[in-house]
Amino acid sequence: MKDEKDEILNEVTSGEYKYGFVTDIETETIPRGLSEDTVRMISAKKNEPEFMLEWRLKAFRHWLTLKMPTWPHLQIPEIDYQNIIYYAAPKKPQYQSLDEVDPELLATFDKLGIPIEERKHLAGVAVDAVMDSVSVKTTFKDTLAELGIIFCSMSEAVHEHPDLIKKYLGSVVPYTDNYFAALNSAVFSDGSFCYIPKGVRCPMELSTYFRINAANTGQFERTLLIADEGGYVSYLEGCTAPQRDENQLHAAVVELVAMDNAEIKYSTVQNWYPGDKNGKGGIYNFVTKRGICKGAFSKISWTQVETGSAITWKYPSCILRGDNSIGEFYSVAVTNNYQQADTGTKMIHLGKNTRSRIVSKGVSAGHSNNSYRGLVKMGKGAENARNFSQCDSLLLGSKCGSHTFPYIEADNKTAQVEHEATTSKIGEDQIFYCNQRGISTEDAVGLIVNGYVREVLNQLPMEFAVEAQKLLQVSLEGSVG
Amino acid sequence: MLSIKDLKASINGKEILKGINFEVKAGEVHAIMGPNGSGKSTLASVLTGRDYVEVTHGKVTFLGEDLLDMNPEDRSRKGLFLSFQYPIEIPGVSMVNFLKTALNEHRKYNGLAPLTAGDFLKVMREKKELVEIDSNLTNRAVNEGFSGGEKKKNEIFQMALLEPKLSILDETDSGLDIDALRIVANGVTKLKNKDNATIVITHYQRLLDYIVPDFVHVLMNGRIVKSGTKELAYELEEKGYDWIKKEVYGTADTANE
Repeated sequence: MKDEKDEILNEVTSGEYKYGFVTDIETETIPRGLSEDTVRMISAKKNEPEFMLEWRLKAFRHWLTLKMPTWPHLQIPEIDYQNIIYYAAPKKPQYQSLDEVDPELLATFDKLGIPIEERKHLAGVAVDAVMDSVSVKTTFKDTLAELGIIFCSMSEAVHEHPDLIKKYLGSVVPYTDNYFAALNSAVFSDGSFCYIPKGVRCPMELSTYFRINAANTGQFERTLLIADEGGYVSYLEGCTAPQRDENQLHAAVVELVAMDNAEIKYSTVQNWYPGDKNGKGGIYNFVTKRGICKGAFSKISWTQVETGSAITWKYPSCILRGDNSIGEFYSVAVTNNYQQADTGTKMIHLGKNTRSRIVSKGVSAGHSNNSYRGLVKMGKGAENARNFSQCDSLLLGSKCGSHTFPYIEADNKTAQVEHEATTSKIGEDQIFYCNQRGISTEDAVGLIVNGYVREVLNQLPMEFAVEAQKLLQVSLEGSVG
Repeated sequence: MLSIKDLKASINGKEILKGINFEVKAGEVHAIMGPNGSGKSTLASVLTGRDYVEVTHGKVTFLGEDLLDMNPEDRSRKGLFLSFQYPIEIPGVSMVNFLKTALNEHRKYNGLAPLTAGDFLKVMREKKELVEIDSNLTNRAVNEGFSGGEKKKNEIFQMALLEPKLSILDETDSGLDIDALRIVANGVTKLKNKDNATIVITHYQRLLDYIVPDFVHVLMNGRIVKSGTKELAYELEEKGYDWIKKEVYGTADTANE
């Protein structure tokens, strides 16, 4: 495996965004603009039951009353919500087998190295690939079904499992939560749904690849994962988007629910198009991700490697309601050129003996701005709760910015909160030491940065860790010298 | 192999090297001795291409090419190695990853295919025995948490792996106990052959008991003030640097003015 990592470090030579291409697939879109009619049209296209339409409309009406928040440490150009296409689906959406899938689409997945092919079956990865809003193919469903695991697109879940949807959708992130959660609830196109029944350990990593493809299409996914008592699931989310000049809005919502003794591990590698060297173009990534440790001794673990997007704004959070539950957040956020990131987590301790751990590693280069924003809240009932936070920033060059905004609210005297933060610049001495051993400055920076974020990468499943390492190298090319 | 002609160099406008001349041929070991602040480490920095030192005059040829024209990594790939006086820690970067990257860069430069992980580990095992380095050292991050002695051994281990044409050992003996000194020196001696050369930079004569030099140069105040054979080192050890200062400047006090 080490070998493979090295190969990857060596093979990466081009600094351009390598996922920048557009797949020429027939897509069906609805007209630009957002109104109640848009919401109704989306719901109708998806042939949704009445309760979903009602929910969407409530969310939309609520959204109309909200204003875009201004508190993040970000400069966001005004977004014209009437100039966005809210729904785009490949014209022939459902396939029985891979043979029916558009070869161009498969080629796209190939370029991305997405494990949808049979060979990946052997690697034990089940894929629910979301391309421009509609699930194209869900694999391994049968294998999972034998265990009682439900893993399907959100649209399918709405039809097949309405009771679970009614019970859990919006239960962690209600549509009233924030501006983008409301928007997502109104117009979400598709996403993934997963239910792990009592006592079942999901035998493979579940994986979704989101990909924004049609021009000017906002992508609003909705993901809902539920692990019932004693259940376990590790879920991988990977994101790339083609290179375009227009900014593209992405506002996803992810909800996780862990019951007694259940564990959910959620890993993200996000490398959406960050814009060019001058800050033109790129994805706006405004995401609400939240999990609730509902049951005692449950655990939710977020791991994210964020190298893409022009603007990233997300705080994968844990509500630790069950006694003795555990929340974890491991993050690497890399910004280069004119990228902006305001990211972090919230750990809301409500139950007794709850524990949380935050490890955040920021890397800033170019003219970018990278902020960690985190809240640790110890509720009244959080007897003997513990939190440990470690927030490190690494600066490459002198034109970038790094900020840490840790918020702590403690309402229980027995709770303990520890926070450590460091900021460092990459050492000239370290680079020269590598140079003297024959390693170029660019490769040296890659090595050093990978060393710096190792603690987080170690949390990722191996296959993902390799991809993440490759991405770090690509993202920072041209950032020194 | 290496030819230095009237080399002058400054740091922040202050001239440190004031006209260095010497030649190193294949198969030779040269020792450069001198008191603190005489310019020994600056010389190593110029040769390896650190950018805080400004070369103001002179020419350095290495294996027929203009050394000063090459970037630091190409100097390394061409066969110039520096054993650092203070080896640098790189947290989180495994020795294996670091060395494999380095070795494969050297191979690429020389038109060779990169080593596979398996082959690399084999080479590493061989070299580890040669320099008597502990296995657990190579399982750790580069120099992270290494003791002074371990760091120096690690430098020699890297030297064994990269098989340089010319090695510069900058104060490799400093901070070593006698056992570590022996291991390090034995390693260097084993690596010596008729095709490579070594420059040993040191304060003290004791390292030269183990790594026997063909030539000894005394660097003082930015110039080589005296050259000789290994006997010169003994004489220095016995009489101290003041003796040379007197001989060169007529007094012991003005050497560093």
